[in-house]
Amino acid sequence: MDLLFGLLKAFLFGGALCVLAQLLIDLTRLTPPRILVLYVVLGVALGALGLYRPFRALAGCGVSVTLLGFGGNVAEGVREAVEAQGLLGALTGGLTAAAGSSAAALCFGYLAALLSRGKPKRL
Amino acid sequence: MKKSTLILHIEAKTGKTKEERRENGKKSALERSALLKKSLRFDKAAYNRTLGEGAPRSPLLRNCLAAFLVGGGICLFAEALFRLFLSLALPDKMAGQTVSVILIFLTALLTALGIFDSIGRFAGAGTLVPVTGFANAVVSPAIDTKSEGLVLGVGAKIFTVAGPVLLFGVFSGAVYGLLYYLFLLIF
Repeated sequence: MDLLFGLLKAFLFGGALCVLAQLLIDLTRLTPPRILVLYVVLGVALGALGLYRPFRALAGCGVSVTLLGFGGNVAEGVREAVEAQGLLGALTGGLTAAAGSSAAALCFGYLAALLSRGKPKRL
Repeated sequence: MKKSTLILHIEAKTGKTKEERRENGKKSALERSALLKKSLRFDKAAYNRTLGEGAPRSPLLRNCLAAFLVGGGICLFAEALFRLFLSLALPDKMAGQTVSVILIFLTALLTALGIFDSIGRFAGAGTLVPVTGFANAVVSPAIDTKSEGLVLGVGAKIFTVAGPVLLFGVFSGAVYGLLYYLFLLIF
């Protein structure tokens, strides 16, 4: 029962965050890259205000797997690093927290480029 | 904006038709250039109005429904994977990162196969907001710019969207870190 409820919450919160972004795309002239940046910065702000952790506890992967979670992780990483290393942590914490996803995207992206034929994108 | 619309737009702005403008031809060159300047002045509000009329209207409800179902579905899939890893005794943080890496790998695979584009067209923000959107924004330009070379093509363009995301994420994180450090010093 707990499993089912957790899955449902992830579905609902994740879906709602996507609808919000879709509304931003359709109703304003924000382009997708701007939405990505907006969500990441919003995630950092949520993390800085201490709201990201309770949000993640509530929504699970519904928020942690989104770009909001990416930003939230950066803020959490910065907080931990500042507590451990002082001011230097403000610089090391962010990229450390983002390292897994960023490196995965870069490496798989490069492999995909090597293995594909590089046809121009259809518009 | 079409050329004809532009001419109509200028006529509407100056209130002059073709005949009247022919009359203007007799006026001195100085007067004419002043008039031209006036008629070509950029009216932002009117331009935005014309732009809005020309843009195709996207069916809002359908887009939102598609975004909700696909985005929610991706998060549900991620949550299921996350719980599977937790049950395999992986620590919380590692389980979360592994889920992200798997989603990114699947996105790279589907993008390379050319399937992701059609999913993305259907889902809109549904594939954009989860980490799949970030992954696609990295993989897609990497594949498309292969013909421009591996260093200045793939290597440079792979950061077209990942660059801004990392920059603003890391920068706002650093600002927060500085503030938090000062906070710890004072209290």
